[in-house]
Amino acid sequence: MSSRKSKSNNLIQAEYLSQVQRILRERFCHQSPHSNLFGVQAQYKHLIELLKRTAIHGESNSVLIVGPRGSGKTMLINHALKELMEVEEVSENVLQVHLNGLLQINDKIALKEITRQLNLENVVGDKVFGSFAENLSFLLEALKKGDRTSSCPVIFILDEFDLFAHHKNQTLLYNLFDISQSAQTPVAVIGLTCRLSLSEDRNVRDVLQKHFNVSKSLRSLHTLLMLALNRVTPSHPFMTAADLMEANQLCSMDSKANIVHGLSVLEICLIIAMKHLNDIYEEEPFNFQMVYNEFQKFVQRKAHSVYNFEKPVVMKAFEHLQQLELIRPMERTSVNAQREYQLMKLLLDNTQIMNALQKYPNCPTDVRQWATSSLSWL
Amino acid sequence: MAYRPTRLRTRQTYSWIGKPLDRKLHYQTYKEMSVKIEGRLPEIDLQVGQFVLIEGDDDENPYVAKLVELFEDDFEPYSKKRARVQWFIRFCEVPVCKQHLLGRKPDAQEIFWYDYPACNSNINAETIIGHVQVVALAPDEVIPMDLKNEKTFFVKLSWNEKKFKPLPPELFAQLDKLQESNPRCQKSMEAKTKSTESPSWTTAEHVVKRIESRHSTSKSRQTPSHPVTPRARKRLELSSFPRTHNTRISQQTSWALLESPGRMKRKVAFSEITSPSKRPQPDGPQNSSAALKTPEKAGEIQQCWAEDDKKASPDGCMILRTRVPALKTTETSEERTFTPVRGGQKSLVVPSVILKPENIKKREAKEPVQDEATSTPRPRIRRKSSLLTLNRIRQQLRFLGNSKSDQEDEEFLPVAEISDSDSEEEEASTPPLPRRTPSSVSRNLRSSMKSSLQTPSKTPKKTPEPRTPRHATPRIRSRNLAAQEPANVLEEARLRLHVSAVPASLPCREQEFQDIYNFVESKLLDHTGGCMYISGVPGTGKTATVHEVIRCLQQASQANDVPPFQYIEVNGMKLTEPHQVYVQILQKLTGHRATAHHAAELLAKRFHTRGSSQETTVLLVDELDLLWTQKQDVMYNLFDWPTHKEARLVVLTIANTMDLPERIMMNRVSSRLGLTRMSFQPYTHSQLQQILVSRLKHLKAFEDDAIQLVARKVAALSGDARRCLDICRRATEICEFSCQKPDSPGLVTTAHLLEAVEEMFSSSYITAIKNSSVLEQSFLRAILAEFRRSGLEEATFQQVYTQHVALCRMEGLPYPTMSETMAVCSHLGSCRLLLVEPSRNDLLLRVRLNVSQDDVLYALKEE
Repeated sequence: MSSRKSKSNNLIQAEYLSQVQRILRERFCHQSPHSNLFGVQAQYKHLIELLKRTAIHGESNSVLIVGPRGSGKTMLINHALKELMEVEEVSENVLQVHLNGLLQINDKIALKEITRQLNLENVVGDKVFGSFAENLSFLLEALKKGDRTSSCPVIFILDEFDLFAHHKNQTLLYNLFDISQSAQTPVAVIGLTCRLSLSEDRNVRDVLQKHFNVSKSLRSLHTLLMLALNRVTPSHPFMTAADLMEANQLCSMDSKANIVHGLSVLEICLIIAMKHLNDIYEEEPFNFQMVYNEFQKFVQRKAHSVYNFEKPVVMKAFEHLQQLELIRPMERTSVNAQREYQLMKLLLDNTQIMNALQKYPNCPTDVRQWATSSLSWL
Repeated sequence: MAYRPTRLRTRQTYSWIGKPLDRKLHYQTYKEMSVKIEGRLPEIDLQVGQFVLIEGDDDENPYVAKLVELFEDDFEPYSKKRARVQWFIRFCEVPVCKQHLLGRKPDAQEIFWYDYPACNSNINAETIIGHVQVVALAPDEVIPMDLKNEKTFFVKLSWNEKKFKPLPPELFAQLDKLQESNPRCQKSMEAKTKSTESPSWTTAEHVVKRIESRHSTSKSRQTPSHPVTPRARKRLELSSFPRTHNTRISQQTSWALLESPGRMKRKVAFSEITSPSKRPQPDGPQNSSAALKTPEKAGEIQQCWAEDDKKASPDGCMILRTRVPALKTTETSEERTFTPVRGGQKSLVVPSVILKPENIKKREAKEPVQDEATSTPRPRIRRKSSLLTLNRIRQQLRFLGNSKSDQEDEEFLPVAEISDSDSEEEEASTPPLPRRTPSSVSRNLRSSMKSSLQTPSKTPKKTPEPRTPRHATPRIRSRNLAAQEPANVLEEARLRLHVSAVPASLPCREQEFQDIYNFVESKLLDHTGGCMYISGVPGTGKTATVHEVIRCLQQASQANDVPPFQYIEVNGMKLTEPHQVYVQILQKLTGHRATAHHAAELLAKRFHTRGSSQETTVLLVDELDLLWTQKQDVMYNLFDWPTHKEARLVVLTIANTMDLPERIMMNRVSSRLGLTRMSFQPYTHSQLQQILVSRLKHLKAFEDDAIQLVARKVAALSGDARRCLDICRRATEICEFSCQKPDSPGLVTTAHLLEAVEEMFSSSYITAIKNSSVLEQSFLRAILAEFRRSGLEEATFQQVYTQHVALCRMEGLPYPTMSETMAVCSHLGSCRLLLVEPSRNDLLLRVRLNVSQDDVLYALKEE
């Protein structure tokens, strides 16, 4: 009786747990604008003030939000826009235009998109008519007609701002900033970028005033927490430090070391031979023949412990390594050169090799010894 | 607005009151009509002679007009109830470029008598919204300010598309009388109508003369006349000839005579043949010189009309066939054909025509003649016969336009949308501002003709089609709530410091201002042209100064101190392509639109021929360096035009670099640019200070020291006034932010400004490094160590990784795996702190620092 009860209790508990897991996953995966803004409150306040001034007073502004990837730039602006739109007098008055440098790859597309989002009069349905030049003059005229007090402020949000700076002549940026600096329709231009060197770009006026800097990626933190969260089970209902450690290890795992673990002994031997060649020739490139010779030397010495493979078999193993991208042909080697003599480079570091060997299952002792020193036979 | 019944929601029924005054076949005149609005009791009585509001483009500002006639026309396809009106025009409907001609600010309720005969006054009666009161005032009278209702408008001046003139005395008297007298007395009404129509009549005759003279001078053949259709007839009346019962009857009869089995056929033919005009016509002639050619084309048309007639109509207009393309014979044959309807109404009888598809082009090509003629009437020698012919041509054109059936609408809509053709583009865009394109009213003769030719959706129709983009008015939605005014000193200061705020005067640029002013003024006075090149780094007030000069000159020209001139501005950055500059100039100069190539030709012709424009043109080209092309033809043309004596063109060019002419221009281009150069030096700190002080006049928001500080800081760096203003604006924000009481924020102090300057000029790299993670910092250290070891400024990732591992070991950090380190490296690369190769190179990718090593060291040491 009691056991059954506890069983049902367990079931309920499991349900609760999975629900908690689901909620937490959602929080980690989606950039919800509800999340708290830690560390960027000051910037947030600044941004919201600025947006409010554009929306309420009709003052033109421009902001560049700079920060490394995953530092919460998009979240910051989304949060700000959400709060702005909750203000009643603002929500009906503000037009928003969202552009992304990865989507609007040139000014022509960007202009059409702006016209579409502003729903100007040359939009029929979803299509924007007219040539590039017509669109530009139309849009400019539209924006020029407005003035500070009477027309609707427009908030331009340019994601991946740096890509817009690569457009020809920077026509779009010039005009946006020109509008923001003259008595036309009030606009707020908000750029989001992870590049710091933008303000050095030619021609874009020095209106990019404000730099926000948020350190360390939130996204990687979320991934880490997700991994830890997945380990929560009814029998293990709370996240512990050990879970986090493990998740961290998963996150920071060396992907190449994992590949090395799955290699055959012959391939390991080839890698060790390459490592020795690297040591001897100081990072100079090598070819298959050199590696094969090195391998032969080792086999002749330790004939009893390592099977002497035929050359085509060794060649096959060598090509497999190349497919795994553990070795890589040098650039500018002619294609018609014999494969044995094509120059190669190893894409593994010595420390990586040694670490991988230590964890390699059932590694022959001789091979391990050979790896530590090319002179171990002496 | 109050006086606008919600037309969209309520249904309105229009009905005639009383018996028709005057009844003809398919045509009855009435004197009164009633409008019943659903759900509202008092019906509105509309009587001839009253002032009415007419539905138009803009719901807020319906058109104002005076009812001249109410009639029912059975031939109108959409609405049989028609009205003839005399238009009034609002100030906002006057083209922007001409608005300054008024010379004063218009009063809110001021309208102008629209003295423009080429305007279509025949409207659908069902677009009338309601009554309005119009009061005529003498030119010196002041418009009463105590307006109780918005329904009263005041008219002082008349506008004829060229200038504002005081109302003619008789008209004034009549209007004055009208507003007092009972509108029911029909007799006086009619008299008035006549007198009001008379001025327009005379001008219209000018038009005819003009066309006629063109024809006669070019020694062309005549175009035959063809049977009139009822709709063409209706248009006729508005053009030039006084309406009488007689004419109408004779028209009617002539129509009846010509109403033959062939007609139906012809109609069908029309709907077929008009569609080919969709084809883009790349070389439609558009200006006067092109127009001179057109009579020949008309002759060609005639020929093929005749051909067609052979096939199509075995009836009365058969005679056309015999027409030889020679002036004399045409005339005689014509006279013979239409003997029954001789006299005043000869011209009214126009045989219908059939165009073959390939001739549509020609027909369109003829329209510029009309444009020209209607817009610039000029008296010339007049010959009766050719006048007659010309009238017929006009009627044909109109007839052709009208005979379009509405099932073509769908076919035609895309025309305006996709066409790039010159002629169509031009036509669609010619009427600059007072474009009456409501559902049923088309005011301009020009536009009405065109719209009927090109976009039939403009012809009377109750349900408006989705508008073609070309006719779209560029406008951003206006805000629902008014913008707040600044509440405290800091906000006020911020408003004044905004770059967009135009200062009343430009301090510190007096010398430059005077130089430019003298240059332009002298050219204006001498009626010559010239070029000037203005250079200076950004934010030194180049454009602002030129604008100021132009503003002053415009004031001076209004005071008649200098001759009037036309001002055009183009900006290299606002063009998608250098050659688009021609399009923009042409459009701003004439309102026409054309392709770049064609616009260049038209402009060249305009500037090379004498007398094409009486006024001097002042052209400002901003960001000149963007107009550079491989051939440099754009720059060449810009500087070449002013060298022609007839051009009367003053070109002011602005660019940033002082040596632009030497650096990028070919000799032949820079030679034409001439030697008039001006260079704007960066502002010194005292000048910047003066600018700030003048902007903040009477506004105590900044400490004096603070202003001096920012002026010096900026002057030391760039002398960019924009940046100076931006910093000050930011400082007010910081100040507001730091004092928590928003009502009484203190002065902006040096501390606030220093903070702003710091923000603006601080290196973003150093902040970025300081804020980066431990692993990133250690990776940067490893890079520095590797550089020092190898003595090179570049290292492979593998080398750096080795260093990195060693460093981590020393500092007691956990061992960094290769993947982690790679992620760190690409992260730094995406911030452009490092310059890295694409990561497929893996271990071998080369890494460089994008910041100086000292900066990195400095940033890392801080901790």
